[in-house]
Amino acid sequence: MPDSDTLTFVDRPADSVGLVTPHVAKFDTPLPLACGKVLPEYELIYETYGTLNAERSNAVLICHALSGHHHAAGYHGDEDRKPGWWDAHIGPGKSIDTNRFFVVSLNNLGGCHGSTGPVSHNPETGRQWGPDFPMVTVSDWVASQARLADQLGIERWAAAVGGSLGGMQVLQWTMTYPERVANAVVIAATPRLSAQNIAFNEVARQAIRSDPEFFGGWYAEHDTVPKRGLKLARMVGHITYLSEDAMGSKFGRDLRSNDLNFGFDVEFQVESYLRYQGDTFSTAFDANTYLLMTKALDYFDPAATQAGDLASALAPAKCPFLVVSFTTDWRFPPSRSRELVDALTRAGKSVSYANIDSPHGHDAFLLPEPRYHALFSAFMTRIARELNIEETAREETL
Amino acid sequence: MRADLELIYDWVPQGAHVLDLACGDGALLERLAQEKNVTGYGLEIDPDGITQCVARGVNVIEHNLDDGLGSFCDNSYDQVIMTQALQALRRPDKMLDEMLRVAEEGIITFPNFAYWRHRIHLGLRGYMPVSKSLPHAWYDTPNIHLSTFNDFEHLCREKGLVIVDRAVGVGDHKGHWTSKWWPNLFGEIAIFRVRRR
Repeated sequence: MPDSDTLTFVDRPADSVGLVTPHVAKFDTPLPLACGKVLPEYELIYETYGTLNAERSNAVLICHALSGHHHAAGYHGDEDRKPGWWDAHIGPGKSIDTNRFFVVSLNNLGGCHGSTGPVSHNPETGRQWGPDFPMVTVSDWVASQARLADQLGIERWAAAVGGSLGGMQVLQWTMTYPERVANAVVIAATPRLSAQNIAFNEVARQAIRSDPEFFGGWYAEHDTVPKRGLKLARMVGHITYLSEDAMGSKFGRDLRSNDLNFGFDVEFQVESYLRYQGDTFSTAFDANTYLLMTKALDYFDPAATQAGDLASALAPAKCPFLVVSFTTDWRFPPSRSRELVDALTRAGKSVSYANIDSPHGHDAFLLPEPRYHALFSAFMTRIARELNIEETAREETL
Repeated sequence: MRADLELIYDWVPQGAHVLDLACGDGALLERLAQEKNVTGYGLEIDPDGITQCVARGVNVIEHNLDDGLGSFCDNSYDQVIMTQALQALRRPDKMLDEMLRVAEEGIITFPNFAYWRHRIHLGLRGYMPVSKSLPHAWYDTPNIHLSTFNDFEHLCREKGLVIVDRAVGVGDHKGHWTSKWWPNLFGEIAIFRVRRR
Protein backbone atom coordinates (compact mmCIF):
# COMPACT_ATOMS: atom_id res chain seq x y z
CA MET A 1 0.00 0.00 0.00
CA PRO A 2 1.46 3.38 -0.91
CA ASP A 3 2.35 5.35 2.17
CA SER A 4 1.83 9.00 2.67
CA ASP A 5 4.48 11.20 1.12
CA THR A 6 3.99 13.78 3.81
CA LEU A 7 6.66 14.38 6.40
CA THR A 8 6.49 16.58 9.43
CA PHE A 9 8.14 19.87 8.68
CA VAL A 10 8.27 22.48 11.38
CA ASP A 11 8.77 25.66 9.36
CA ARG A 12 5.73 25.22 7.13
CA PRO A 13 2.14 26.26 7.95
CA ALA A 14 0.23 23.71 10.06
CA ASP A 15 -2.29 23.17 7.26
CA SER A 16 0.38 22.21 4.73
CA VAL A 17 1.00 18.62 3.71
CA GLY A 18 4.68 19.47 4.29
CA LEU A 19 7.59 18.06 2.30
CA VAL A 20 6.63 15.74 -0.52
CA THR A 21 8.56 13.50 -2.90
CA PRO A 22 7.28 12.58 -6.36
CA HIS A 23 7.05 8.94 -7.49
CA VAL A 24 7.34 7.52 -10.99
CA ALA A 25 5.06 4.76 -12.26
CA LYS A 26 6.29 2.77 -15.28
CA PHE A 27 3.92 1.19 -17.80
CA ASP A 28 5.05 -1.27 -20.46
CA THR A 29 1.64 -2.23 -21.81
CA PRO A 30 1.20 -0.20 -25.04
CA LEU A 31 -1.41 2.56 -24.81
CA PRO A 32 -3.56 3.01 -27.94
CA LEU A 33 -4.30 6.71 -28.49
CA ALA A 34 -7.28 8.48 -30.04
CA CYS A 35 -5.08 9.74 -32.90
CA GLY A 36 -4.50 6.14 -34.02
CA LYS A 37 -0.92 5.89 -32.79
CA VAL A 38 0.22 3.67 -29.95
CA LEU A 39 2.51 4.68 -27.11
CA PRO A 40 4.63 1.52 -26.57
CA GLU A 41 5.71 2.37 -23.02
CA TYR A 42 5.49 5.39 -20.78
CA GLU A 43 6.01 6.79 -17.32
CA LEU A 44 3.76 8.94 -15.16
CA ILE A 45 5.14 11.09 -12.38
CA TYR A 46 2.81 11.60 -9.43
CA GLU A 47 2.60 12.71 -5.83
CA THR A 48 0.34 11.54 -3.04
CA TYR A 49 -0.83 13.33 0.09
CA GLY A 50 -2.55 11.71 3.06
CA THR A 51 -2.89 7.98 3.72
CA LEU A 52 -4.74 5.35 1.72
CA ASN A 53 -7.09 3.55 4.12
CA ALA A 54 -7.33 -0.22 4.45
CA GLU A 55 -10.54 -0.32 2.36
CA ARG A 56 -8.83 1.80 -0.35
CA SER A 57 -11.98 3.87 -0.41
CA ASN A 58 -10.59 7.34 0.33
CA ALA A 59 -8.57 8.10 -2.81
CA VAL A 60 -9.09 11.41 -4.59
CA LEU A 61 -7.72 12.05 -8.07
CA ILE A 62 -6.54 15.55 -8.97
CA CYS A 63 -6.52 16.35 -12.69
CA HIS A 64 -4.39 19.32 -13.71
CA ALA A 65 -5.05 22.19 -16.10
CA LEU A 66 -3.16 23.43 -19.18
CA SER A 67 0.17 24.30 -17.59
CA GLY A 68 -0.25 22.28 -14.39
CA HIS A 69 1.63 19.23 -13.17
CA HIS A 70 1.84 16.63 -10.41
CA HIS A 71 3.07 19.01 -7.71
CA ALA A 72 -0.32 20.16 -6.38
CA ALA A 73 0.45 20.59 -2.68
CA GLY A 74 3.26 20.87 -0.17
CA TYR A 75 6.93 21.61 -0.79
CA HIS A 76 9.76 19.75 -2.53
CA GLY A 77 12.52 21.18 -0.41
CA ASP A 78 13.53 23.72 2.19
CA GLU A 79 14.43 26.24 -0.49
CA ASP A 80 10.91 26.11 -2.06
CA ARG A 81 9.28 29.46 -1.55
CA LYS A 82 5.96 28.49 -3.14
CA PRO A 83 3.92 25.36 -2.40
CA GLY A 84 2.19 23.21 -5.05
CA TRP A 85 -0.31 24.84 -7.41
CA TRP A 86 -3.45 23.82 -5.47
CA ASP A 87 -2.09 24.08 -1.95
CA ALA A 88 -4.97 26.44 -1.11
CA HIS A 89 -7.37 23.49 -1.33
CA ILE A 90 -5.33 20.37 -0.48
CA GLY A 91 -4.06 19.81 3.05
CA PRO A 92 -5.07 19.04 6.62
CA GLY A 93 -8.43 20.75 7.25
CA LYS A 94 -8.59 22.20 3.73
CA SER A 95 -11.36 21.60 1.14
CA ILE A 96 -9.72 18.29 0.22
CA ASP A 97 -8.80 17.27 3.74
CA THR A 98 -5.70 15.08 3.76
CA ASN A 99 -6.63 13.92 7.27
CA ARG A 100 -9.40 11.97 5.56
CA PHE A 101 -8.49 11.60 1.93
CA PHE A 102 -5.57 10.03 0.08
CA VAL A 103 -4.86 12.45 -2.74
CA VAL A 104 -3.19 11.39 -6.01
CA SER A 105 -1.92 14.10 -8.35
CA LEU A 106 -0.09 13.29 -11.57
CA ASN A 107 1.52 14.99 -14.53
CA ASN A 108 -0.35 14.04 -17.70
CA LEU A 109 1.15 12.26 -20.69
CA GLY A 110 2.73 14.77 -23.04
CA GLY A 111 3.67 16.93 -20.07
CA CYS A 112 7.10 18.36 -19.38
CA HIS A 113 7.43 17.81 -15.65
CA GLY A 114 8.48 14.17 -15.51
CA SER A 115 5.79 12.14 -17.26
CA THR A 116 6.54 10.80 -20.73
CA GLY A 117 6.25 13.65 -23.21
CA PRO A 118 8.04 15.53 -25.99
CA VAL A 119 11.16 16.03 -23.83
CA SER A 120 11.43 12.27 -23.13
CA HIS A 121 13.57 9.81 -25.02
CA ASN A 122 11.83 8.03 -27.94
CA PRO A 123 12.90 4.36 -27.68
CA GLU A 124 12.25 3.76 -31.40
CA THR A 125 14.48 6.53 -32.75
CA GLY A 126 16.93 7.09 -29.96
CA ARG A 127 16.24 10.82 -30.20
CA GLN A 128 14.06 13.00 -28.04
CA TRP A 129 10.37 12.66 -28.97
CA GLY A 130 10.12 16.39 -29.74
CA PRO A 131 7.39 17.13 -32.28
CA ASP A 132 7.06 13.37 -33.00
CA PHE A 133 5.30 12.85 -29.69
CA PRO A 134 1.80 11.72 -30.62
CA MET A 135 -1.17 14.03 -30.10
CA VAL A 136 -2.85 13.07 -26.82
CA THR A 137 -6.48 13.77 -25.95
CA VAL A 138 -8.45 14.05 -22.73
CA SER A 139 -9.65 10.44 -23.26
CA ASP A 140 -6.06 9.24 -23.61
CA TRP A 141 -5.13 10.97 -20.37
CA VAL A 142 -8.06 9.39 -18.56
CA ALA A 143 -7.09 5.95 -19.89
CA SER A 144 -3.54 6.45 -18.61
CA GLN A 145 -4.84 7.71 -15.26
CA ALA A 146 -6.97 4.56 -14.95
CA ARG A 147 -3.83 2.46 -15.38
CA LEU A 148 -2.14 4.48 -12.65
CA ALA A 149 -5.16 3.79 -10.42
CA ASP A 150 -4.77 0.05 -11.19
CA GLN A 151 -1.13 0.19 -10.23
CA LEU A 152 -1.97 1.96 -6.95
CA GLY A 153 -4.67 -0.61 -6.21
CA ILE A 154 -7.46 1.97 -6.39
CA GLU A 155 -10.60 0.39 -7.80
CA ARG A 156 -12.77 3.48 -7.41
CA TRP A 157 -11.96 7.12 -6.67
CA ALA A 158 -13.94 8.64 -3.80
CA ALA A 159 -13.80 11.71 -6.02
CA ALA A 160 -12.19 12.88 -9.23
CA VAL A 161 -11.51 16.60 -9.02
CA GLY A 162 -10.26 19.15 -11.52
CA GLY A 163 -10.39 22.77 -12.61
CA SER A 164 -10.43 24.05 -16.20
CA LEU A 165 -8.87 21.39 -18.46
CA GLY A 166 -8.73 19.25 -15.30
CA GLY A 167 -12.52 19.49 -15.05
CA MET A 168 -12.79 18.10 -18.58
CA GLN A 169 -10.76 15.05 -17.54
CA VAL A 170 -13.14 14.56 -14.61
CA LEU A 171 -16.09 14.68 -17.01
CA GLN A 172 -14.39 12.12 -19.23
CA TRP A 173 -13.84 9.84 -16.23
CA THR A 174 -17.56 9.82 -15.43
CA MET A 175 -18.38 8.81 -19.00
CA THR A 176 -15.57 6.29 -19.66
CA TYR A 177 -15.30 4.70 -16.22
CA PRO A 178 -18.61 5.42 -14.46
CA GLU A 179 -18.05 2.54 -12.01
CA ARG A 180 -14.68 3.90 -10.95
CA VAL A 181 -15.73 7.42 -9.88
CA ALA A 182 -17.90 7.82 -6.77
CA ASN A 183 -18.08 11.63 -7.10
CA ALA A 184 -17.04 14.29 -9.60
CA VAL A 185 -15.98 17.87 -8.96
CA VAL A 186 -15.83 19.99 -12.13
CA ILE A 187 -14.58 23.53 -11.54
CA ALA A 188 -14.35 26.46 -13.96
CA ALA A 189 -14.62 24.09 -16.90
CA THR A 190 -16.68 23.76 -20.06
CA PRO A 191 -18.14 20.80 -21.96
CA ARG A 192 -16.33 22.09 -25.06
CA LEU A 193 -14.33 25.08 -26.20
CA SER A 194 -16.01 27.97 -27.98
CA ALA A 195 -14.71 29.38 -31.26
CA GLN A 196 -13.19 32.23 -29.24
CA ASN A 197 -11.39 29.78 -26.92
CA ILE A 198 -9.94 27.91 -29.91
CA ALA A 199 -8.98 31.22 -31.50
CA PHE A 200 -6.93 32.22 -28.44
CA ASN A 201 -5.23 28.82 -28.45
CA GLU A 202 -4.40 29.20 -32.12
CA VAL A 203 -2.77 32.59 -31.49
CA ALA A 204 -0.65 30.94 -28.79
CA ARG A 205 0.33 28.08 -31.13
CA GLN A 206 1.18 30.43 -33.98
CA ALA A 207 3.35 32.50 -31.65
CA ILE A 208 5.35 29.37 -30.81
CA ARG A 209 5.47 27.83 -34.27
CA SER A 210 6.51 31.05 -35.99
CA ASP A 211 9.44 31.63 -33.62
CA PRO A 212 12.64 31.17 -35.69
CA GLU A 213 14.04 29.15 -32.79
CA PHE A 214 11.21 26.60 -33.06
CA PHE A 215 12.88 24.56 -35.85
CA GLY A 216 9.70 22.59 -36.53
CA GLY A 217 9.71 21.43 -32.92
CA TRP A 218 13.34 20.15 -33.03
CA TYR A 219 14.71 23.12 -31.07
CA ALA A 220 16.37 20.85 -28.50
CA GLU A 221 18.59 19.40 -31.23
CA HIS A 222 19.62 22.95 -32.06
CA ASP A 223 20.38 23.62 -28.38
CA THR A 224 17.79 26.34 -28.18
CA VAL A 225 14.17 26.98 -27.12
CA PRO A 226 11.52 29.14 -28.82
CA LYS A 227 11.49 31.50 -25.87
CA ARG A 228 9.89 34.43 -27.65
CA GLY A 229 7.04 32.29 -28.95
CA LEU A 230 6.37 30.67 -25.61
CA LYS A 231 6.50 34.04 -23.90
CA LEU A 232 3.91 35.48 -26.29
CA ALA A 233 1.74 32.39 -25.92
CA ARG A 234 1.79 32.73 -22.16
CA MET A 235 1.11 36.47 -22.30
CA VAL A 236 -1.98 35.97 -24.42
CA GLY A 237 -3.11 33.05 -22.25
CA HIS A 238 -2.56 35.01 -19.09
CA ILE A 239 -4.86 37.79 -20.26
CA THR A 240 -7.67 35.25 -20.57
CA TYR A 241 -7.04 33.92 -17.05
CA LEU A 242 -7.62 37.29 -15.38
CA SER A 243 -10.75 39.38 -15.39
CA GLU A 244 -10.81 42.94 -16.69
CA ASP A 245 -11.57 44.11 -13.15
CA ALA A 246 -8.76 42.09 -11.61
CA MET A 247 -6.28 43.55 -14.09
CA GLY A 248 -7.70 47.00 -13.55
CA SER A 249 -7.46 46.88 -9.78
CA LYS A 250 -4.02 45.26 -9.84
CA PHE A 251 -2.38 47.57 -12.39
CA GLY A 252 -4.83 50.19 -13.63
CA ARG A 253 -2.90 52.52 -15.92
CA ASP A 254 -0.02 52.76 -13.47
CA LEU A 255 3.34 53.60 -15.01
CA ARG A 256 6.68 52.16 -13.96
CA SER A 257 8.21 55.64 -13.86
CA ASN A 258 6.43 58.96 -13.55
CA ASP A 259 6.72 60.10 -17.15
CA LEU A 260 5.79 58.75 -20.55
CA ASN A 261 8.94 58.00 -22.51
CA PHE A 262 7.37 57.85 -25.97
CA GLY A 263 8.97 54.51 -26.81
CA PHE A 264 8.20 50.81 -26.89
CA ASP A 265 9.99 49.76 -23.74
CA VAL A 266 7.94 48.72 -20.75
CA GLU A 267 5.98 51.73 -19.51
CA PHE A 268 2.76 50.46 -17.98
CA GLN A 269 2.85 48.13 -15.00
CA VAL A 270 0.58 45.66 -16.79
CA GLU A 271 3.17 45.36 -19.58
CA SER A 272 5.87 44.67 -17.06
CA TYR A 273 3.73 42.02 -15.34
CA LEU A 274 2.84 40.23 -18.57
CA ARG A 275 6.44 40.24 -19.78
CA TYR A 276 7.58 38.86 -16.45
CA GLN A 277 4.94 36.09 -16.55
CA GLY A 278 5.90 35.27 -20.13
CA ASP A 279 9.64 35.24 -19.41
CA THR A 280 9.29 32.98 -16.38
CA PHE A 281 7.09 30.57 -18.29
CA SER A 282 9.27 30.49 -21.41
CA THR A 283 12.20 28.99 -19.52
CA ALA A 284 10.13 26.62 -17.38
CA PHE A 285 7.75 25.03 -19.90
CA ASP A 286 8.28 22.98 -23.04
CA ALA A 287 6.91 24.46 -26.27
CA ASN A 288 5.89 21.10 -27.78
CA THR A 289 3.99 20.27 -24.59
CA TYR A 290 2.20 23.61 -24.74
CA LEU A 291 1.14 22.88 -28.32
CA LEU A 292 -0.14 19.41 -27.36
CA MET A 293 -2.06 20.62 -24.31
CA THR A 294 -3.85 23.37 -26.24
CA LYS A 295 -4.84 20.83 -28.89
CA ALA A 296 -6.23 18.48 -26.23
CA LEU A 297 -8.37 21.40 -25.05
CA ASP A 298 -9.59 22.18 -28.56
CA TYR A 299 -10.49 18.56 -29.36
CA PHE A 300 -12.49 17.89 -26.20
CA ASP A 301 -16.16 17.65 -27.16
CA PRO A 302 -17.97 14.63 -25.71
CA ALA A 303 -21.30 15.74 -27.20
CA ALA A 304 -19.86 15.42 -30.72
CA THR A 305 -20.25 11.63 -30.58
CA GLN A 306 -23.97 12.11 -29.85
CA ALA A 307 -24.86 14.60 -32.58
CA GLY A 308 -24.23 17.49 -30.22
CA ASP A 309 -26.46 16.17 -27.45
CA LEU A 310 -24.43 16.51 -24.26
CA ALA A 311 -27.16 14.91 -22.12
CA SER A 312 -26.90 11.63 -24.10
CA ALA A 313 -23.11 11.78 -23.95
CA LEU A 314 -23.39 12.02 -20.16
CA ALA A 315 -25.90 9.17 -19.94
CA PRO A 316 -23.33 6.58 -18.72
CA ALA A 317 -22.30 8.76 -15.73
CA LYS A 318 -23.42 7.41 -12.37
CA CYS A 319 -21.95 9.66 -9.71
CA PRO A 320 -23.07 12.89 -8.08
CA PHE A 321 -21.47 16.01 -9.59
CA LEU A 322 -20.46 19.31 -8.07
CA VAL A 323 -20.08 21.98 -10.74
CA VAL A 324 -18.56 25.33 -9.80
CA SER A 325 -18.04 28.49 -11.85
CA PHE A 326 -16.82 32.00 -11.03
CA THR A 327 -18.73 35.19 -11.88
CA THR A 328 -15.86 37.01 -13.60
CA ASP A 329 -14.40 34.02 -15.49
CA TRP A 330 -14.62 34.95 -19.17
CA ARG A 331 -12.39 32.13 -20.43
CA PHE A 332 -14.92 29.48 -19.37
CA PRO A 333 -17.77 31.71 -18.16
CA PRO A 334 -20.59 30.59 -15.81
CA SER A 335 -22.87 30.05 -18.82
CA ARG A 336 -20.60 27.18 -19.97
CA SER A 337 -20.83 25.48 -16.58
CA ARG A 338 -24.57 26.02 -16.67
CA GLU A 339 -24.68 24.31 -20.07
CA LEU A 340 -23.09 21.28 -18.43
CA VAL A 341 -25.45 21.45 -15.44
CA ASP A 342 -28.50 21.65 -17.73
CA ALA A 343 -27.31 18.60 -19.65
CA LEU A 344 -26.80 16.74 -16.37
CA THR A 345 -30.30 17.60 -15.10
CA ARG A 346 -31.79 16.61 -18.45
CA ALA A 347 -29.96 13.31 -18.13
CA GLY A 348 -31.41 12.96 -14.61
CA LYS A 349 -28.00 12.93 -12.91
CA SER A 350 -27.27 14.04 -9.37
CA VAL A 351 -25.76 17.52 -9.63
CA SER A 352 -25.24 20.64 -7.58
CA TYR A 353 -24.05 23.92 -9.05
CA ALA A 354 -22.75 27.13 -7.56
CA ASN A 355 -21.54 30.31 -9.24
CA ILE A 356 -19.02 31.86 -6.86
CA ASP A 357 -18.72 35.63 -6.73
CA SER A 358 -15.02 36.36 -7.29
CA PRO A 359 -13.13 39.20 -8.97
CA HIS A 360 -10.27 36.93 -10.09
CA GLY A 361 -11.55 35.59 -13.41
CA HIS A 362 -10.58 32.07 -14.49
CA ASP A 363 -7.69 31.99 -12.00
CA ALA A 364 -10.25 32.08 -9.15
CA PHE A 365 -10.37 28.27 -9.16
CA LEU A 366 -6.79 28.18 -7.85
CA LEU A 367 -7.32 30.72 -5.08
CA PRO A 368 -8.76 30.51 -1.58
CA GLU A 369 -12.16 32.18 -1.16
CA PRO A 370 -14.49 31.67 1.86
CA ARG A 371 -17.64 30.65 -0.03
CA TYR A 372 -15.70 28.43 -2.46
CA HIS A 373 -14.00 26.75 0.50
CA ALA A 374 -17.25 26.26 2.44
CA LEU A 375 -19.01 24.73 -0.57
CA PHE A 376 -16.13 22.51 -1.68
CA SER A 377 -15.56 21.33 1.93
CA ALA A 378 -19.27 20.61 2.39
CA PHE A 379 -19.25 18.41 -0.72
CA MET A 380 -16.09 16.56 0.34
CA THR A 381 -17.36 16.10 3.92
CA ARG A 382 -20.60 14.62 2.58
CA ILE A 383 -18.51 12.18 0.50
CA ALA A 384 -16.52 11.14 3.58
CA ARG A 385 -19.77 10.61 5.50
CA GLU A 386 -21.43 8.57 2.77
CA LEU A 387 -18.40 6.39 2.10
CA ASN A 388 -17.71 5.96 5.84
CA ILE A 389 -14.26 7.46 5.49
CA GLU A 390 -12.71 7.93 8.90
CA GLU A 391 -9.90 10.35 9.66
CA THR A 392 -6.63 8.56 9.01
CA ALA A 393 -4.11 11.16 10.05
CA ARG A 394 -5.58 13.13 12.88
CA GLU A 395 -2.86 12.27 15.40
CA GLU A 396 -0.22 13.73 13.07
CA THR A 397 -1.69 17.19 13.14
CA LEU A 398 -2.77 17.39 16.77
CA MET B 1 -39.77 21.57 9.40
CA ARG B 2 -41.82 24.72 8.76
CA ALA B 3 -45.60 24.29 8.94
CA ASP B 4 -46.11 24.94 5.22
CA LEU B 5 -43.42 22.37 4.39
CA GLU B 6 -45.18 19.73 6.55
CA LEU B 7 -48.34 20.18 4.49
CA ILE B 8 -46.46 20.08 1.19
CA TYR B 9 -44.68 16.91 2.32
CA ASP B 10 -48.05 15.14 2.38
CA TRP B 11 -48.94 16.39 -1.10
CA VAL B 12 -45.84 15.06 -2.85
CA PRO B 13 -46.41 11.51 -4.12
CA GLN B 14 -44.03 8.63 -3.50
CA GLY B 15 -41.14 8.53 -5.99
CA ALA B 16 -42.02 11.84 -7.66
CA HIS B 17 -39.47 13.84 -9.69
CA VAL B 18 -39.69 17.39 -8.40
CA LEU B 19 -38.21 20.83 -8.78
CA ASP B 20 -38.15 22.88 -5.58
CA LEU B 21 -37.88 26.59 -6.39
CA ALA B 22 -36.23 28.58 -3.60
CA CYS B 23 -35.40 25.38 -1.73
CA GLY B 24 -33.54 27.16 1.09
CA ASP B 25 -31.40 24.77 3.13
CA GLY B 26 -32.88 21.73 1.38
CA ALA B 27 -34.74 20.36 4.45
CA LEU B 28 -37.89 19.49 2.48
CA LEU B 29 -36.04 17.77 -0.39
CA GLU B 30 -33.87 15.84 2.05
CA ARG B 31 -36.88 14.42 3.88
CA LEU B 32 -38.74 13.71 0.65
CA ALA B 33 -35.71 11.83 -0.69
CA GLN B 34 -35.19 9.84 2.50
CA GLU B 35 -38.79 8.96 3.26
CA LYS B 36 -40.59 9.08 -0.07
CA ASN B 37 -37.86 8.26 -2.60
CA VAL B 38 -38.40 11.61 -4.27
CA THR B 39 -35.75 12.78 -6.79
CA GLY B 40 -35.07 16.16 -8.33
CA TYR B 41 -33.35 19.46 -7.76
CA GLY B 42 -33.65 22.51 -5.61
CA LEU B 43 -33.05 25.96 -7.10
CA GLU B 44 -31.62 28.55 -4.76
CA ILE B 45 -29.81 31.86 -4.93
CA ASP B 46 -28.60 32.21 -1.33
CA PRO B 47 -24.95 31.06 -0.95
CA ASP B 48 -25.46 29.69 2.58
CA GLY B 49 -28.58 27.81 1.54
CA ILE B 50 -26.66 26.27 -1.37
CA THR B 51 -23.81 25.15 0.90
CA GLN B 52 -26.28 23.66 3.39
CA CYS B 53 -27.99 21.72 0.59
CA VAL B 54 -24.63 20.38 -0.62
CA ALA B 55 -23.72 19.37 2.95
CA ARG B 56 -27.01 17.44 3.21
CA GLY B 57 -26.44 15.76 -0.13
CA VAL B 58 -29.43 17.56 -1.67
CA ASN B 59 -29.03 18.47 -5.36
CA VAL B 60 -29.11 22.24 -5.60
CA ILE B 61 -28.57 24.55 -8.54
CA GLU B 62 -27.73 28.21 -8.16
CA HIS B 63 -30.44 29.95 -10.12
CA ASN B 64 -32.23 33.29 -10.10
CA LEU B 65 -35.96 32.55 -10.44
CA ASP B 66 -36.51 35.89 -12.19
CA ASP B 67 -34.58 34.35 -15.11
CA GLY B 68 -37.48 31.90 -15.58
CA LEU B 69 -37.18 28.15 -15.99
CA GLY B 70 -35.99 28.20 -19.61
CA SER B 71 -33.31 25.58 -18.98
CA PHE B 72 -35.91 23.01 -17.91
CA CYS B 73 -37.87 21.09 -20.54
CA ASP B 74 -41.68 20.87 -20.83
CA ASN B 75 -43.22 18.17 -18.64
CA SER B 76 -39.85 17.07 -17.33
CA TYR B 77 -40.99 16.95 -13.68
CA ASP B 78 -43.99 15.57 -11.80
CA GLN B 79 -44.31 18.57 -9.53
CA VAL B 80 -42.79 22.02 -9.15
CA ILE B 81 -42.82 23.37 -5.60
CA MET B 82 -42.29 27.00 -4.73
CA THR B 83 -42.42 28.04 -1.10
CA GLN B 84 -42.40 31.65 0.07
CA ALA B 85 -40.92 33.04 -3.14
CA LEU B 86 -43.95 34.04 -5.26
CA GLN B 87 -44.18 37.43 -3.57
CA ALA B 88 -40.51 38.23 -4.26
CA LEU B 89 -40.62 37.57 -8.02
CA ARG B 90 -40.75 40.25 -10.69
CA ARG B 91 -43.60 38.47 -12.50
CA PRO B 92 -45.36 35.89 -10.30
CA ASP B 93 -47.97 35.22 -13.01
CA LYS B 94 -45.32 34.29 -15.58
CA MET B 95 -43.63 32.00 -13.04
CA LEU B 96 -46.93 30.21 -12.52
CA ASP B 97 -47.07 29.59 -16.29
CA GLU B 98 -43.47 28.36 -16.24
CA MET B 99 -44.10 26.00 -13.32
CA LEU B 100 -47.04 24.41 -15.09
CA ARG B 101 -45.09 24.12 -18.33
CA VAL B 102 -42.33 22.13 -16.63
CA ALA B 103 -44.72 19.98 -14.57
CA GLU B 104 -48.41 19.17 -14.57
CA GLU B 105 -48.81 20.13 -10.95
CA GLY B 106 -47.52 22.99 -8.85
CA ILE B 107 -47.47 23.67 -5.12
CA ILE B 108 -47.19 27.30 -4.08
CA THR B 109 -47.01 28.94 -0.68
CA PHE B 110 -46.89 32.67 0.10
CA PRO B 111 -47.73 35.05 2.97
CA ASN B 112 -51.41 36.02 2.91
CA PHE B 113 -51.54 39.80 2.97
CA ALA B 114 -55.22 39.72 4.04
CA TYR B 115 -54.41 37.88 7.31
CA TRP B 116 -56.30 39.62 10.13
CA ARG B 117 -53.13 40.77 11.89
CA HIS B 118 -51.89 42.34 8.65
CA ARG B 119 -55.29 44.04 8.25
CA ILE B 120 -55.05 45.51 11.75
CA HIS B 121 -51.58 46.86 10.99
CA LEU B 122 -52.76 48.58 7.86
CA GLY B 123 -56.46 49.21 8.51
CA LEU B 124 -56.41 50.38 12.10
CA ARG B 125 -52.85 51.48 12.78
CA GLY B 126 -52.10 52.74 9.28
CA TYR B 127 -48.73 51.05 8.91
CA MET B 128 -47.48 48.48 6.41
CA PRO B 129 -47.79 45.10 8.14
CA VAL B 130 -44.78 43.57 9.83
CA SER B 131 -45.25 40.05 11.17
CA LYS B 132 -43.61 36.66 11.45
CA SER B 133 -44.50 35.89 7.83
CA LEU B 134 -43.67 39.43 6.65
CA PRO B 135 -40.69 40.36 8.81
CA HIS B 136 -39.27 43.20 6.69
CA ALA B 137 -39.80 46.95 6.75
CA TRP B 138 -41.49 48.45 3.66
CA TYR B 139 -38.22 49.94 2.39
CA ASP B 140 -36.02 46.85 2.49
CA THR B 141 -38.48 44.05 1.84
CA PRO B 142 -37.72 41.59 -0.96
CA ASN B 143 -41.50 41.06 -1.18
CA ILE B 144 -42.50 43.21 -4.12
CA HIS B 145 -45.76 41.46 -5.09
CA LEU B 146 -47.82 40.90 -1.97
CA SER B 147 -51.16 39.24 -2.54
CA THR B 148 -54.00 37.59 -0.68
CA PHE B 149 -55.50 34.15 -0.58
CA ASN B 150 -58.40 35.49 -2.67
CA ASP B 151 -56.10 37.23 -5.16
CA PHE B 152 -54.29 34.00 -5.93
CA GLU B 153 -57.54 32.07 -6.39
CA HIS B 154 -58.64 34.77 -8.76
CA LEU B 155 -55.40 34.49 -10.79
CA CYS B 156 -55.80 30.70 -11.00
CA ARG B 157 -59.39 31.11 -12.24
CA GLU B 158 -58.24 33.63 -14.85
CA LYS B 159 -55.57 31.22 -16.07
CA GLY B 160 -58.05 28.37 -16.10
CA LEU B 161 -56.10 26.33 -13.58
CA VAL B 162 -57.59 23.64 -11.35
CA ILE B 163 -57.10 24.19 -7.63
CA VAL B 164 -56.59 20.64 -6.37
CA ASP B 165 -56.03 21.59 -2.74
CA ARG B 166 -55.74 24.71 -0.66
CA ALA B 167 -54.77 25.20 2.92
CA VAL B 168 -53.48 27.80 5.27
CA GLY B 169 -50.85 27.84 7.95
CA VAL B 170 -50.94 30.00 11.07
CA GLY B 171 -47.72 30.51 12.96
CA ASP B 172 -45.98 27.16 13.36
CA HIS B 173 -49.15 25.11 13.05
CA LYS B 174 -51.54 24.04 10.38
CA GLY B 175 -54.63 26.25 10.28
CA HIS B 176 -57.17 26.50 13.12
CA TRP B 177 -60.83 25.77 12.21
CA THR B 178 -61.44 29.49 11.77
CA SER B 179 -58.83 29.61 9.01
CA LYS B 180 -60.55 26.69 7.25
CA TRP B 181 -63.79 28.61 7.03
CA TRP B 182 -62.34 32.05 6.41
CA PRO B 183 -58.88 31.42 4.97
CA ASN B 184 -58.50 34.90 3.56
CA LEU B 185 -58.94 36.36 7.04
CA PHE B 186 -57.43 33.78 9.35
CA GLY B 187 -54.71 32.20 7.20
CA GLU B 188 -51.23 33.63 7.67
CA ILE B 189 -49.61 31.45 4.99
CA ALA B 190 -51.54 30.49 1.86
CA ILE B 191 -50.83 27.06 0.41
CA PHE B 192 -52.14 26.02 -2.99
CA ARG B 193 -51.85 22.92 -5.12
CA VAL B 194 -52.78 23.66 -8.71
CA ARG B 195 -52.91 21.77 -11.99
CA ARG B 196 -53.27 22.50 -15.68
CA ARG B 197 -56.75 21.82 -16.96
